[in-house]
Amino acid sequence: MTETEMERAESAQSAAEAEQAIRRETHDLVVVGGGPAGLAAAQEAYDQGVEDIVILERDFELGGILQQCIHNGFGLHYFDEELTGPEYAQEFIENVAERGVDIRLNTMVEEVTDEKIVYAVSEDDGLTEIDAEAVVLAMGCRERTREALDIPGDRPAGVFTAGTAQRYINMEGKMPGEKAVILGSGDIGLIMARRMYLEGADVEAVLEILPYTGGLTRNVVQCLEDFDIPLRTQQTITEIYGDERVEGVTVQEVDKDFEPIPGTEYDIECDTVLLSVGLIPENELSEGAGVDMHAVTGGPVVDDGRETSVDGIYACGNVLHVHDLVDWVTEESMIAGRSVAKQLQGDIEVREDPIEIESTGAVSYVVPERITKADDDREKLPLYLRVYAPMDEVFVTVECGDEQLAREFERRAEPGEMITVDIDTEALADLPENRLTVDVVPKEEI
Amino acid sequence: MQGNTTIAVIGGGVVGTAITRELSKYTLDIVLLEAAPDVCTGTSKANTALLHAGFNADPEKLKGRLNVRGNELYHERIQHELDVPIEWCGALVVATDESERPKLDALLDKGRENGIADLEIVEGNRLHDLESTLNDDAIAALWAPTAGIVNPFELTAAFANNAVENEASVELNAEVTDVTAVGDTFRVETVRGDIEADIVINAAGLYADEVSAMVGVEDFEITPRRGEYYLYDKKMEVDVEHTIFPVPSEVSKGIVVTPTDEGNVMIGPNAEEVDAPTNKATTRGGLDEVLAGAQKTVPELSKDDVIREFAGLRPAIKETGDFRIQIERDDPGFINVAGIQSPGLASAPAIAEYVVDLVADLRGELAEDPTFDPQYSGPPKVRHMSHAEHAALIEENPEYGQIICRCESVTEGEIRDAINEPVGARTINAIKRRVRPGAGRCQGGFCQPRVVEILAEELGVDETDIKLEDDGSEVLIGETKELLLAESGTEVRVDD
Repeated sequence: MTETEMERAESAQSAAEAEQAIRRETHDLVVVGGGPAGLAAAQEAYDQGVEDIVILERDFELGGILQQCIHNGFGLHYFDEELTGPEYAQEFIENVAERGVDIRLNTMVEEVTDEKIVYAVSEDDGLTEIDAEAVVLAMGCRERTREALDIPGDRPAGVFTAGTAQRYINMEGKMPGEKAVILGSGDIGLIMARRMYLEGADVEAVLEILPYTGGLTRNVVQCLEDFDIPLRTQQTITEIYGDERVEGVTVQEVDKDFEPIPGTEYDIECDTVLLSVGLIPENELSEGAGVDMHAVTGGPVVDDGRETSVDGIYACGNVLHVHDLVDWVTEESMIAGRSVAKQLQGDIEVREDPIEIESTGAVSYVVPERITKADDDREKLPLYLRVYAPMDEVFVTVECGDEQLAREFERRAEPGEMITVDIDTEALADLPENRLTVDVVPKEEI
Repeated sequence: MQGNTTIAVIGGGVVGTAITRELSKYTLDIVLLEAAPDVCTGTSKANTALLHAGFNADPEKLKGRLNVRGNELYHERIQHELDVPIEWCGALVVATDESERPKLDALLDKGRENGIADLEIVEGNRLHDLESTLNDDAIAALWAPTAGIVNPFELTAAFANNAVENEASVELNAEVTDVTAVGDTFRVETVRGDIEADIVINAAGLYADEVSAMVGVEDFEITPRRGEYYLYDKKMEVDVEHTIFPVPSEVSKGIVVTPTDEGNVMIGPNAEEVDAPTNKATTRGGLDEVLAGAQKTVPELSKDDVIREFAGLRPAIKETGDFRIQIERDDPGFINVAGIQSPGLASAPAIAEYVVDLVADLRGELAEDPTFDPQYSGPPKVRHMSHAEHAALIEENPEYGQIICRCESVTEGEIRDAINEPVGARTINAIKRRVRPGAGRCQGGFCQPRVVEILAEELGVDETDIKLEDDGSEVLIGETKELLLAESGTEVRVDD
C-alpha cells in the first residue's frame, strides 16, 4: 500500500471504531426533559399503558426549574393546596420512580431527527443513539437577555437574568448583589424582588416598560406591595454603567411606542441588574427535527394531542408556549402523555376533516392550533389562550361559522394570565366548517 | 517573580503574544508581562477579526507592508502550525452606485501593485450569486479571495500557549508600573515584583504611550478609537458568506458585515475617539449607526437575532496613522510596537517577524533553538464533531460527555482543558474566549453557575472569588444570609 492508501485505511478503521463507540438502543417513548412537563407526560403515558419510557434530563436531578422555585403558590389548581416548587416536582418525581420509568440524569440531547432518532450524551453512558417510536419534547424555556433588549452601556459584572440570580441564591447559596434594580415585572422578576429583599438586599425599583405588569396580580401584591418595593411602569433602562461591577443604571420613561422620552432620564445607583423580560421556548432541538413553528408562541404548532407537524413527535409545557402556572403545564402534558400512549397502542383515530383553530381580535394565541384526533373518550377539549392587553369583564368565545361552541365569562383578562376555555367534544361532531375562531370580547359587545 | 531575563515583552494582546512566540524560536529568555488576568483582553478581544488581504494597504506605510506579509504568513504557516479557526472566506468591497466604480478600479490596481493574488471585479448576477444577501443595488465589487477571518481569542491564546511550551514565560496580573535603565539593563517594575531585562519590547496597546514615556520616549500619543458591534445568533436566516465592505468614502471606511469563524454574523465598527482607554461602553447612537451602515450592503439585517453588542478600542497614532515599530533606545534596547490598529490582527505574525529582526539588530545574529516546536493544539471541539467522533472522545475521557453550555455544546472536559492549558484561563470571560461557554444565545444564563463552580474547584478558591474579567468583577458578593446577619449586627461565622 502507498502511504496515502495506508492513511485512508487507518482513518476508515478509526471511523469504524468511532461508530462502535456509539451505544444504540430502541425505546417506545423518549421524553426530552425531566421538568414538570416531561414528568407529567411520562407519568400519564405510563398509566395509559406505555412501559418502555426513557426520560433524558440534562440537570443533575429531575424537576427542572421548579427545583429553584422555593417559594410557595404552586399546585393550587392541580393539588388543591399550596406547595413550593420542589414539593410540586417531588410528587411527580416519586410517581415516575414508582412506575419504574428509565431516568437518565446529566444527559443532554444533542439532536432529534424527523425519524425520531435521538442522540443523547452523558458522562456515564457516553453517546447514545435511541431509535424511538415516539418523542415528547419538554425542554422548557430560557430567559431573554440584556442583549435581546439591546441595552447599551458598559458590560460589567452584576447583570443577571432573574432566573440565573434565583439559581445562585436558592441552589448555590450565593448572593449576586446587595442593591438591585429589576427590569421587567414578569413573575420571576417579582419573585426575585421579594427574594432579594428577604435576603437583606435593597431592591431600588422594579421597572416595567408596559403600562401594566407582566406577572400575576397575586405576585404584585405579595412580592412588591407587601414590602414597599416600588413598581414603575412605562419606564425602562437605557444604559447600564460601571467599570468592573455595575455602578448604576439610567432609566427613562417611554411613550406609547416604547420609545424613551428625552428629558426623562434619571439614574439609580445599584450593583446589580436583574432582568425579567420574557421567556423564550427553547426549541433548537424541535427546529432540528423539522417541526413547524408558531410565530407568536415561539413553540411548535400542535394538534389537540400536542403532536407536532412531525408524526410521533409531541411537545408540551413551556417549550410549547410559556405558561403562567405549572398546574396548566401538568394538565397539558397529561394530554400529550395520553395521546402519545394511544398512538403507540394504535388506538387513535385521525379525523378525516382536521379542524383549524384560529385566534382573532384580542386573542394573541391559542393552543392547540388544530384538532386532528378523533378521541371519543374525552368529554371536554380545553383551549389555552392569552390576550394582547388587559380587559375587564369579557366573554371568551369559540365560534364556528354562525355557531357558538363555547362562551365563558372572565372578570378580568390579562396578558400575564392564561385563559382556558373548554369545548364540548360532542359539538365537534357536526360542524358547519372546519375552522374555529377564538375571541375575547367585552361584555357589553355581546 | 525575581531574576534575570533577556527580553521582556509588555502586553499580552495578539501582537505581544505573537512576538513572544516568534522569539521563543531562539535561545533567549523571554517573559511576557500582561496587566490583566488573561491574554487577549484589550484591542485584540473586540475587533472585526479579519485577516485583510492587503489590497487597501499603503506600501509606503509599515502597516501596509506588514499586512501583506502577515496574510501570507497565516496562509503559509500559522494555519498549519496552530490549531486555530481560520477561514479564507474572501472579502467583497461592494459598490452600490456607478460613481463608486472608479474607486473599485483604484483598489484593484493598488491590490495588484501590492502583489495580492486573484483579485478581480465581479458584477451583476455573478456578484449576487457569490453573495446572495447583498442589496439589490449592488452593481459591482472587488473580490479578494485571499481575505479571511480568524478567531482572535483562540489565536492569541495559541500564540501564548505555544510560546510557553517553548519555554517562554507569561506572567498575568503583572501590570508594569515603571521601566528604568540601570547600567546596560532595564529594571521593569510590576505590581508583582521587579525583573531585569536586556531588551524591553513595548506592545502595550492602548497604554503603549504610557509605557514608552517610562523610558523617556514621549513623542507620540495613543488615541483610543472606539468601534461598536452587533453579533447575531448562528441560526439567523440571513446567511452572509463573505466579508462585505462598502466602498470607503472620504469620511468613513464604512460598516463591515462579516461571518465569524463560528458561523455567526457580525457587523461593525463605527469609529469614535474617546478620552479613556477603558471606555468600552456601547451607545445608542453608535449601535444605530452600525446597523444603518450594515443595512446599506445587507438590507435584511435588523435587531432580530442579535445575541451580543460590544465595543472595542483601537490604539491609533493620529499623526502618522501608521504602526510605530522601531528601536527607540540601543543600550539597553527598547523597542516600541505601538499604534497597532487595523490591520493589526492580520499583520501580527509579520510584526513578530519584523520585531525579531530588530532584536537581531540590537544583539547580533540570534541562535535558533533546535527544540522549538511550532505546533500547538487547544482543547477538542465537541460542537464540530460527528456523533461517532464525539462518542469515541467520551470513551477516552467521560468529561467530554458532560455538556455545560447547551447553546454552544461545550463540555466540562473542554472547560477544564481551558483552565489547565499552559496559559490557563482564570476568569469566566477567559474560559468563554477559549472554549465558548456563554458565547451563545442565552449568554451564560444557564451555564455561568456551572462555569463558576468548575473554576472555583480547579483553582481551589471560593466561588465568590471568581471574576468575570478584571479585579472587582466578581459575579457573587458572598453567601446568602450574610447581609441579614450583618444588618442584625451578628458576627458572620463561616464554618469550614
